[in-house]
Amino acid sequence: MSLTEKEKTVVRDFFGKIVARSDDIGTESLTRLLVVYPQTKSYFDHWKETTPYSAPVRKHGINVMGGIYEAVGKLDDLKGGLLTLSELHAFMLRVDPVNFKLFTNCILVVLSMLFPEDFTPQVHLAVDKFMALLALALAEKYR
Amino acid sequence: MVEWTDAERAAIQDIFSNLDYEDIGPKALRRCLIVYPWCQRYFGGFGNLYNAEAILSNPMVAAHGIVVLHGLDRAMKNMDNIKNTYAELSVLHSEKLHVDPDNFRLLADCLSVVIAGKMGTAFTPEIQAAWQKFLAVVVNALGRQYH
Repeated sequence: MSLTEKEKTVVRDFFGKIVARSDDIGTESLTRLLVVYPQTKSYFDHWKETTPYSAPVRKHGINVMGGIYEAVGKLDDLKGGLLTLSELHAFMLRVDPVNFKLFTNCILVVLSMLFPEDFTPQVHLAVDKFMALLALALAEKYR
Repeated sequence: MVEWTDAERAAIQDIFSNLDYEDIGPKALRRCLIVYPWCQRYFGGFGNLYNAEAILSNPMVAAHGIVVLHGLDRAMKNMDNIKNTYAELSVLHSEKLHVDPDNFRLLADCLSVVIAGKMGTAFTPEIQAAWQKFLAVVVNALGRQYH
């Protein structure tokens, strides 16, 4: 299920449009991951806290959004472009790939919440495909 | 049996009491058919589903979206017994409609996105958690009678 050229444009345009709120999107998405799917907190035992909107959550949410924007800039070759991030996730972080789907769910909800007029079904489709391909690229080096 | 906190019950009841079925139902089903086009396989008799514009203006899709959303009412009224409440509907979806139960999850995800769009920041993380837990129980119950 690769992105068509049209869908790549939709993804670039949409993420370009919402870039000013990217910190909030990251914070909200990660907050929700930890609340809606409490098992994901298991990856953050080393944090002082995992409470909604707390400092570590905000910092890391912004970090993750940075990665997502990096991927938006590499839509023509996600696997190649995200090799370093994939190695990080495969050998160091070892996040079970099922969690990428859970995070995708959270970010889609946040995008709908914050941009109800812009997050049309067609945009939703393109972004969902993008997130799935991003997850695949991140899991590329896992085994 | 599923345990519900008072806060979770309140969150679910609150969403339903403010739910505009004629708006949300069609939006959720349309979104599901557009974002997960393989779901269209179950709607051969619905006419033109050829592209997003056709789906968005299709009156049969809109009408059916309302029917499906009202299907959730039973779960809302029987939160302590969702499994048995949906036994019959599960058999229907399995033996008569032959719907792959993964589709229930896809529609549930689209419904959450639509409700988030409607409620905005009122759809707090805690309310999202309660709502998605509720839908997960419904989805599970609908898939139980598949053999």
